[in-house]
Amino acid sequence: MINDKNYNRRYVIAGIAVLVVFIYIVRLFVLQIIDQSTQGKAETNAQLRQTIYPSRGLIYDRNGELIVANQPIYEVTMIVKEMQSSAFDTLGFCEKLKITPTEFDKRMQYITNPRKNRGYSPYSPQVFMEQLRQEEVAALQQELYKYAGIDIRCRTLRDYMYPIASHVLGSVGEVNQRDLERDLYYSVGDYSGRDGIERTYEKELRGEKGVKILMRDSRGRVQGPYQEGNLDKEAITGEDLYLGLDIKTQQLAETLMQGKIGSVVAIEPKTGEILALVSSPNWDPRSLVGQARSENYQKLLNDPNKPLMNRATQAQYSPGSTFKILQALIGLQEKVITPHTQYVCNGQGSRPIRCTHSHGKNIDLEEGIEQSCNPYFWALYRDLLQQDGYSDDNAEFKQHYQIWRDHIMSFGLGNKFTDTDISEQAKGAIPSVGLYDKIYGKKGWKAITIRSLSIGQGEILVTPLQLANQTAAIANKGYYITPHLNRNDSMKLRIHETLIDEKYFDVVHRGMARVMTDGTGRFYNVPELKICGKTGTVENPHGEDHALFIGFAPQDDPKIAIAVAVENAGFGSTWACPIATMVIEQYLTGEIKRKWLYERMINANLIDNQDEE
Amino acid sequence: MRNNRSIISGIDWWTIILFLAIALFGWLNIYGSSYSFDQTSIWDFSNRAGKQLVWLATAVGLGAIILMIEEKAYDVLGYIFYGAMLLLLIITPILARDIKGSLSWITIGPISLQPAEFAKCFTAIAVAKYMSRYGYKVRDLRDLIVPFLLIGVPMMIIMVAQKETGSALVFISFLLAFYRQGMSGYVLGWGVVSILLFILVIRFGEIALPIGLGSMGMLVSTLSIEAVVLGLLFVHEKDIRSLIIVGAGVAVCYGIGLLLNIWIPVNFNYIGIASLAYTAVCLLWQAIKNRKTSLAWIVGFVIISAVLCQGCDFAFHKILQPHQRIRIEVLLGMKDDPTGAGYNVNQSLIAIGSGQTIGKGFLQGTQTKLKFVPEQDTDFIFCTVGEEWGFVGSAGLLLLYLALILRIIHLAERQRDTFSMIYAYCVAGILLFHVTINIGMVLGLLPVIGIPLPFFSYGGSSLWGFTLLLAIMLRLDAARVYKMQG
Repeated sequence: MINDKNYNRRYVIAGIAVLVVFIYIVRLFVLQIIDQSTQGKAETNAQLRQTIYPSRGLIYDRNGELIVANQPIYEVTMIVKEMQSSAFDTLGFCEKLKITPTEFDKRMQYITNPRKNRGYSPYSPQVFMEQLRQEEVAALQQELYKYAGIDIRCRTLRDYMYPIASHVLGSVGEVNQRDLERDLYYSVGDYSGRDGIERTYEKELRGEKGVKILMRDSRGRVQGPYQEGNLDKEAITGEDLYLGLDIKTQQLAETLMQGKIGSVVAIEPKTGEILALVSSPNWDPRSLVGQARSENYQKLLNDPNKPLMNRATQAQYSPGSTFKILQALIGLQEKVITPHTQYVCNGQGSRPIRCTHSHGKNIDLEEGIEQSCNPYFWALYRDLLQQDGYSDDNAEFKQHYQIWRDHIMSFGLGNKFTDTDISEQAKGAIPSVGLYDKIYGKKGWKAITIRSLSIGQGEILVTPLQLANQTAAIANKGYYITPHLNRNDSMKLRIHETLIDEKYFDVVHRGMARVMTDGTGRFYNVPELKICGKTGTVENPHGEDHALFIGFAPQDDPKIAIAVAVENAGFGSTWACPIATMVIEQYLTGEIKRKWLYERMINANLIDNQDEE
Repeated sequence: MRNNRSIISGIDWWTIILFLAIALFGWLNIYGSSYSFDQTSIWDFSNRAGKQLVWLATAVGLGAIILMIEEKAYDVLGYIFYGAMLLLLIITPILARDIKGSLSWITIGPISLQPAEFAKCFTAIAVAKYMSRYGYKVRDLRDLIVPFLLIGVPMMIIMVAQKETGSALVFISFLLAFYRQGMSGYVLGWGVVSILLFILVIRFGEIALPIGLGSMGMLVSTLSIEAVVLGLLFVHEKDIRSLIIVGAGVAVCYGIGLLLNIWIPVNFNYIGIASLAYTAVCLLWQAIKNRKTSLAWIVGFVIISAVLCQGCDFAFHKILQPHQRIRIEVLLGMKDDPTGAGYNVNQSLIAIGSGQTIGKGFLQGTQTKLKFVPEQDTDFIFCTVGEEWGFVGSAGLLLLYLALILRIIHLAERQRDTFSMIYAYCVAGILLFHVTINIGMVLGLLPVIGIPLPFFSYGGSSLWGFTLLLAIMLRLDAARVYKMQG
């Protein structure tokens, strides 16, 4: 190290260290000895930060009817150090809160145990009891001044005006570790929307927490507001939410679905607003509020009928005969048929698909829809797919299958709705060319192989929400607006055009009207409502058939489109159709005239295991 | 074969005394800041102070073992250690559980370790080994590539994969050792200018210009770069001709921008880029024509600074986590928020201020007892010192650190071989960096970056890491004695 020309650099480096320490010592000198303002704060010492919880936004239905409000809930807090250093009347305190001294001791042990109650400090308020009703704290509130270190804080919980719409509304619960890490807004013990629209609109509904900063002396006693309250922040109430839901219609639909497994989805076709969304079985939203939440949630989780699943958006069924409407429209659009095209039906003796109804031999489109004629729609589907033959490796056929699939998917089937506020959804399934290639080999499948698709059976799966939306598109003669819950979203006009021209819809509407007047829906028709409908009975491997119904009304100016699915109920015409017509009747006229039918439906119990309880 | 007696006689006891003084004082403060009334005994090993005592005892044991290991091991196995360390750093985020956004902790049974705390030590060994090889010239740009890679790779892993910005920034401190070895002082200056540019871009980044388009931050930082260039041309190059050419060109650029702005809104960010491009091209041409390498250096400065300015904005908004962003914004006075992100610092200042001259006394601090200062036994432990031991205690602690760092510099200077010297300077740099950043943060002078106070903060990984760092240096130093004899 001789002749080191950088020799002097040691002094530069040492100088940097000396300089840093010198600056810091000067800073310390200023902070600790000169600056009186910091000392002033320091002598009165610490701040006590009290969070002010905002009240959550309210939820209204489409008519401004309040559905979800807030209720005050109280928690008793204790500053342990203050409580211990005063002559604390434990017995009196217990009496006011109606707890036993043993319970008091147990709670004390819990809150003073830093391993269970993390962040415990004897100088800051600890939650002693929580989620108390007003009447439970009233006695203590009156004589609060007697108990040093005790305070009562108010928060709000959800309050539901109706015991319904649980799947739509979702619930509010305490935040978990993941939320805390993802969003700096939350702190331990905060509430947030856990599912349903409470979760989708959490940011809007929650508002903003406020804070009140109080000054304390060195013993932790509150001395008053910090800096005259200049740094305090008011809580900002959450935004209110207006849903497209019609609460009366929702209520009726839920009542009708009692004792049945399935769902009802009703949409206003012109706006895409969801008027009713029922998944049955469901639960009373009030049962998931406050202290009972965790216990009741566990019960729902363990229920064999899976009430927590939102069947309206997550259950997947084959659409059955309701699918024939789309088949008719595609046939017309692709010019495979005209409204006057006739196909032959041989009734029970038809091949390869037999007919379940008896009607005339040569039938046209309207009658085909009215009678839900299986051979008619098989013939249509076959002609559609085979119109250019098969060519070498079935290329022509596959091309027509692809065109057909594009048509189907343009009605919103086979995919989740992405531009919506409905959080839990299933995709459904419209089989692709690739899927059939995989099952049957590239040349191994023809129209006859997939004949079940012609009548909505087989590999096709749809959710009730998709069915209702597809019905809305039919009612709108060729377009739909993404179904959504929040009315404000209707402004965004998320229009999706189908690939069918408007002119083809009239004949189909007439056919659907005939279903209600002369066809499978005739027993439950309400003529003055001008309902267009289609029933469906879906075979399934797990027992009785599922009953389906789609429909809209009135025919010339549709105000409601509906889909009803009742699992393992049998014929669509017997179960799904009456429920749908009553829901339509309720929405359009505000009342149910057919009391006998109403009584029969609500008393029907189609859930097997309900008797066992 | 040397005996252990010569090693013991060669050990620098001053360093050990300073180390023990700091560590024991730290332990007292951990006890103080985690103290609560129902705590039964100071020896209760389930609380933080008890655990720290166990860490401390094992650290001393670890140090003793290191002192007995042949110092040649570090020279011979340096790269193998380094490679193993890189491997460990890479697998850490895969095995780690997410703790507040950081993926840097490996849990083995009851203990959690943070490999990043040990990475500094092994990187220092590898850097020292590379730079001490025969014929190495730190002034040669090509010879800087490998050491920069040795430092940059673990830094990137820790920053990007483990999301521990604080632990990654520590690696910057190696520049100090480079500087001592003869690296141009301009590189250090460059580092300072980079930090200033970052602050300018962020601080004025969201302020729009009064005329035209573009942000105040970009304008101010671009003009600062030009000012540094003109300053260098004047002071260092004494090249008045280039100075006039560059200065006039830049003025013309902005003049055109202002003129155009009369008819169409001009984005002055682009004008800034154009003027920098002009400066770079102009000087490069001069450098080639006159064969002046020093001008090429200035061109390099212009280009890298320009990229940095553009990159800062991106890094600030895309790479930093939201909480880190808020901390910087609060420190730069862009957000005044004593109840939010500024809360920690505000509370920590109150705690320190309340200590006054001699403090409130051991275990008497209310601010810390009330748990108003978060992380009060780890990153913010200096608050407890300030509150309970006052100006005397906290200034005293700073002087202890200063003494330790100066002692290490002294040891570094008395080394006979370059390896030991560079390693010792790395140790000094790391300690200086930690102390500067940690205490600067607690004193509200620097943004909140979570790195521990060496030998002082609660935590086994950091205590072990620093002990390892120091013990290896002591062993290298002890070996010097008989190297002289032999």
